[in-house]
Amino acid sequence: MVSPILLLGPALTWLVIFLVFPLALIFVYSFLQRSPFGQIVFQPSLDNYLRLFNPTVLRVFLNSLRIAFIVTLLALLLGYPTAYFISSQPSRWKNTLLVLVILPFWTSYLIRTYAWIVLLNREGVLSRFLLGLGLIREPISFLYNDTAIVIGLLYGYLPFMVLPLYSSIERLSPELREASFDLGAPPLRTFWHITLPLTLRGIVTGAIFVFVPSLGNFFVPELLGGGQRFMIGNMINNQFLQARNWPYGSAMAFGVMAIVLALLFFQAWVTRRTEQV
Amino acid sequence: MRLRTWLRLHSTLVYAFLYGPIVMLVILSFNRSGLPTAWGGFSLHWYRELLHNEALLNAALNSVLVAAGSTLVSAVFGTLLAMGLERIARSLVLDAFVFLPMIIPDIVLAIALLSFFTLIELPLSLLTITVSHIVFNIAFVAAIVRTRLSYFDNTLEEASLDLGAPPLKTFFNVTLPLILPGVLAGSLLAFTISLDEFVIAFFTAGPSQPTLPILIYSMVRFGVTPDVNALATVVLSVSALLILISQRLGGTEGFF
Repeated sequence: MVSPILLLGPALTWLVIFLVFPLALIFVYSFLQRSPFGQIVFQPSLDNYLRLFNPTVLRVFLNSLRIAFIVTLLALLLGYPTAYFISSQPSRWKNTLLVLVILPFWTSYLIRTYAWIVLLNREGVLSRFLLGLGLIREPISFLYNDTAIVIGLLYGYLPFMVLPLYSSIERLSPELREASFDLGAPPLRTFWHITLPLTLRGIVTGAIFVFVPSLGNFFVPELLGGGQRFMIGNMINNQFLQARNWPYGSAMAFGVMAIVLALLFFQAWVTRRTEQV
Repeated sequence: MRLRTWLRLHSTLVYAFLYGPIVMLVILSFNRSGLPTAWGGFSLHWYRELLHNEALLNAALNSVLVAAGSTLVSAVFGTLLAMGLERIARSLVLDAFVFLPMIIPDIVLAIALLSFFTLIELPLSLLTITVSHIVFNIAFVAAIVRTRLSYFDNTLEEASLDLGAPPLKTFFNVTLPLILPGVLAGSLLAFTISLDEFVIAFFTAGPSQPTLPILIYSMVRFGVTPDVNALATVVLSVSALLILISQRLGGTEGFF
């Protein structure tokens, strides 16, 4: 038997140094202050956290939560029927269809966001198309609003919804649905009372996989929102790279982490509950 | 409408949503006029432009160096970790810890690493990006190697050990060849992720050594230019090719 230290040692050491220490460091920073020159001053207080509740910051937090929520909901509405469809295909098609869903995800998200700039800008494809149809009189930009941000985030994270949904739909035994049909339940009722509750775990996992990265993303709001619509990611980015108030930026980051942790606990709770059934 | 027909129609539209914008970029990259809305004939002009763009070629080289370095380290660490997690330390807490970098928002990891490198006075460079990419790539390699290990026949190793082969020899002659497709698939995945990763690289890169995604970001921030389309097509094709090979090796199966 090989020693556990040899197997686990290298990776765990790496993660302690370059994950635990750095996170612990910004956690400490989040309680400190910065000097007028951007240096960190050791003056422990809760100020940075209290400042998260000032109206401007709070509004950005709430708006980010709202956008992430809309993205998640749309991803679920688009993703569930797609996952169901893939799962109902013969097995030689399933794999191909799944790869087609996940493939864009592994390619550069930045470039896929850029594609939407080409589509939605004033001189872009959509504007010209509508102009050609005579539906609009002069070029319109579809960028720089919340809708553009929602589209960009949905585009990027939709695969995250489809995959967990697919695997939980796949695990359903067809007998359950058949039994329900045989006992005379109409399809919609079978879906509502049998399929949906049994795939709840996939729904929650998918929702978290979409919600969390949507909440923290900063380049989609930057590129498609044109810096006019702010999300939490942009604020953290600003505090670190422009305003150089690292303690305040760190507190914002832990505001996000608190939301993420709450969601993960919720997921664990749902998983445990659905296992008992 | 029948449920089946409706599902098919819905899914077709979803696939169109996923691929439409990409296909559009690829077509535009061959457009001589360079305008998104006027077809000026087929041309490789914008691709030729790329080859003369020194800054871009440098950034591409930087990206390849970072991806290669981080893949090499995470392939070794991730494989060992997968074996450890599968065979020795089956614990949910450890799992949660190891896969944490996959779930925390990348901007949080990015600012944490930037703060840490600044504190220990390690100058930002390609090295700091590589070190940072290893943090999440370990998890990706480990996840895939682990899937491979989970349907691994332990009796093969036991037979080798019983026949008197030392553990290290058993590892290289029995275990490694059997899990090699998983290791390769995981490495290809890690390489691709690192190549395309933007947020963490953006925060941990030195000012004079941008990676390709950082350069692309600065280009697209200033609007649409036709050479970006050609660049985008190249980058998307490279990633797609690597991922398809990884997938052939069993890489993305059982990922969730």
